[in-house]
Amino acid sequence: MSDRTDLLIVGAGPAGMAAAVTARRHGLSVRVVDDQPAPGGQIWRGIETVAATPRAKRLGESYLAGAERAAAFRACGADYESASQLWQIEPGFRAFVTRGGKARAVTAQAIILATGAQERPMPFPGWTLPGVLTVGAAQILLKTADSVPEQPVWIAGCGPLPLLYMTQLLAAGGRIAGFLDTTPRGRLGPALRHLPRGLGRLGDLMKGLSWSLALRRAGIPIIRHVTELRAEGEGRLQRLRYRTEAGQEAEVPAEVLLVHEGVVPNIHAPLALGCAVSWHAGQHCYVPVLDAWGETSQANIFVAGDGAGIGGAEAAEPRGRLAALRIAAKLGRLDDATAETAAAPERSALSSALALRPLLDAFYAPRPQLYAPPDETLVCRCEEVTAGELRARAVEGRPGPNQLKAFTRAGMGPCQGRQCGYTMAHIVAAAQGRSVEEVGFYRIRPPLKPVTLGELASLDEQEPAA
Amino acid sequence: MFRKLHDPGPQAVTIFIDGRPVTAELGESVAAVLLRQQEGWSRTTPVSQSPRAPYCMMGVCFECLVEIDGQGSVQSCLTPVANGMHIARQQGRRSLSA
Amino acid sequence: MSEAAAFDVVVVGGGLHGLSAALHLARAGRRVALVERRWTGRHASGATAAGVRTLGRDIAEIPISLEAMAMWHRIEAIVGDDCGFHAHGQMRVAEMAEHMPALIERQARTRALGYSHEEIIDAAELRRLVPALSPHCVGALVARRDGAADPHRTIAAFRRCCEAEGVVIAEGCGVEAVDRQGGDWLLVCGTRRFRAPYVVNAAGAWAGRLAALFGDAIALGVRASMMIVTERLAPLLDPVVSVVGRALSFKQAGQGTLVIGGGLQGSADLDRERSSVDFRNLARGARAASDLFPAVQGVRIARCWTGIEAETRDHIPVIGLSPNAPGLVHAFGFSGHGFQLVPVVGSILAELVCEGRTRREIVAFAPARLMQERAVA
Repeated sequence: MSDRTDLLIVGAGPAGMAAAVTARRHGLSVRVVDDQPAPGGQIWRGIETVAATPRAKRLGESYLAGAERAAAFRACGADYESASQLWQIEPGFRAFVTRGGKARAVTAQAIILATGAQERPMPFPGWTLPGVLTVGAAQILLKTADSVPEQPVWIAGCGPLPLLYMTQLLAAGGRIAGFLDTTPRGRLGPALRHLPRGLGRLGDLMKGLSWSLALRRAGIPIIRHVTELRAEGEGRLQRLRYRTEAGQEAEVPAEVLLVHEGVVPNIHAPLALGCAVSWHAGQHCYVPVLDAWGETSQANIFVAGDGAGIGGAEAAEPRGRLAALRIAAKLGRLDDATAETAAAPERSALSSALALRPLLDAFYAPRPQLYAPPDETLVCRCEEVTAGELRARAVEGRPGPNQLKAFTRAGMGPCQGRQCGYTMAHIVAAAQGRSVEEVGFYRIRPPLKPVTLGELASLDEQEPAA
Repeated sequence: MFRKLHDPGPQAVTIFIDGRPVTAELGESVAAVLLRQQEGWSRTTPVSQSPRAPYCMMGVCFECLVEIDGQGSVQSCLTPVANGMHIARQQGRRSLSA
Repeated sequence: MSEAAAFDVVVVGGGLHGLSAALHLARAGRRVALVERRWTGRHASGATAAGVRTLGRDIAEIPISLEAMAMWHRIEAIVGDDCGFHAHGQMRVAEMAEHMPALIERQARTRALGYSHEEIIDAAELRRLVPALSPHCVGALVARRDGAADPHRTIAAFRRCCEAEGVVIAEGCGVEAVDRQGGDWLLVCGTRRFRAPYVVNAAGAWAGRLAALFGDAIALGVRASMMIVTERLAPLLDPVVSVVGRALSFKQAGQGTLVIGGGLQGSADLDRERSSVDFRNLARGARAASDLFPAVQGVRIARCWTGIEAETRDHIPVIGLSPNAPGLVHAFGFSGHGFQLVPVVGSILAELVCEGRTRREIVAFAPARLMQERAVA
């Protein structure tokens, strides 16, 4: 396998796979690296092995749709490296990848970051206890390990994913203790303002409603407008306490609590590469600044998929294809006019896929309490820095997130701020009376993944530095 | 805290968690197996030795770090099981054996 | 534009040397403003490995370095915090017998000059001090009172003391223009202006540019030394270890992370105030670390970074009064080893401002040695 390629794609989810297929069709050499053992990303995780099993059906149509995508991707002629971690891209581009304990450099003329999204971190007291997981994690356990919580499970949060997961869990024979819905009161009105644009996606809305109905029919207790959560227990989750907007409080026994407050783009790679990002007020997160093809402020680095802004798999695929078309044109495999022609249907597919998004964003916008956790909450799970400590330090002078990181070590652990970045920004903003946007985000330091000293040292043998 | 809905049958493999044999299924991650164990935790933190378990299952939280076949701090949610694999839970800051 | 705020001294640069100068000046009764383009500790001071080292210093630096070391051993009395300083020693290790003569010669040279801080140790003592070190190492030169500190705690401590002493710290405040008004310098920083008869140039990598605003053309290079920090580990070693013939500095911080540096260079961009890691080059540092400490091969890297700082031709700093600009005092160009000198340099600068001279030996650091060319006005 050559260590030179026209196009390097990071991530083999819907965007990465679609981009690879399109780029190959236009004659580009394509390398795809992905940290998962098989293609599909999070939405189609494990699809190649699961599709043939009896449990595939209860995971639903949109999951099964991944099977043919994975097959097309496998057949497209891209060099696919599963279980590979991309940990740095230097100008040129020289990308450093580790696979099976060996590091090496790959040179590429263009790069598509299709690294998807992560669940929005949801800090509350006790969220680090074993037994507290994200809903996404539980869904992955269902998809890839056919595993469900042993005891009736508590689910807290908002958004389409908890509804989908609960439906899938019930179909699998799992049991639900209750759903603590954190959607604040009064969200429907503002959300419905976006309905006209979303009318073309009524099918999706109906799907969501059918999930809700199924839960109600199953008699799942639903507690609405939950504002505060607290997980407690000795060494593991044993009790759960919650409080609602109306002041209703309760303590319930719990072994597993699944949480979810929407998803946010993975922005570590674009940030580390110096790509400009901007604050997306509708989605309450940073998104890379992109042109109509998905190209970042750094020439020949593209972002496609949920990493470009949350849109789901249906938006990810046209975004992947648009990026691939533009790269094919830039590398001279396609003239601009042909690329434009080929882009038209992709743009319209993208626009259609995103039509419902503003409504969902408005309805499921993070509640104000999300990023204002009580002082005792661990904000940085890795370095165990509390909200109270950050608040106290945030008013000594006017430090930004990077200074607070230096002084408290928040964001210095192995997750490199992926779990605490937004909470840190909100705490600083609140303490200093500034906007989150003004406060900014961590500077992301390489490597993007924690390679070992031995892996880095092995590069010295391969290629003596100049 | 989790249970598997089916018997792995011919896909069954044996992995060792702190020396104890455990049945797993090809295709699933080490983290998924850890979450089926009685103990509930899969490491203790280097800062306060608090117990932690896999949290995100998609490679972003780094809570599921374990030692696998001698290599420390491996993300178990990204590592598929293999027959005969040895998993050791890390407690606190890990020690290096020379 | 606002009227210029008047001070006795304006310190330009919120790194540790600027903070230390401001602190000593304030304690000498001066009204001090410290102006910093970004924030305190933004560049080299926040990116340093924070080695507190007398070992292997340039002969010219030894007197002030030893004085600084005495100050480090009572740093809490000076800045109200121990700055995370631990005196576990620093050592320069020889991997091969043929590397020992240079170390022995070095020790003989410093002994001849009357210094006793460096000591030769054999393989057995080396193994006793650092059991984790690869057994192939044959001996070392060691300075037992040396050590390392926590850079961020140190920045915070100096800053807190400055504020307690009434230093006005203006962050987000870069000097754009300089003007002479009577006996004062007028510093224009965007919409803010500061005036004072004395200015301390502690602008680090950008100090050459600041000097030029005053008409001093000082030849200055730039460094972007790379650092590796790992995951937290159980205690592995106490002293700071460097190696003959390799770019490696290796230590374990209090929280358990390994901090690996040694002067391998990334790239720096002074205009964009950015520097980047060059991993192919950094791989040599990882190689050296795993050769010296084989057990660390499987250790995970948490992050790498570079810090931008000034480097002089002769690798010793510029400390002294400007020969041209009245009231201007320079302190920069520490060339990768300024952290240890922080407490003493501040004191020297305070003397230079308050008395026009210093009792310390700083002749070797005179700005004039790097000022062959005439300033371009």
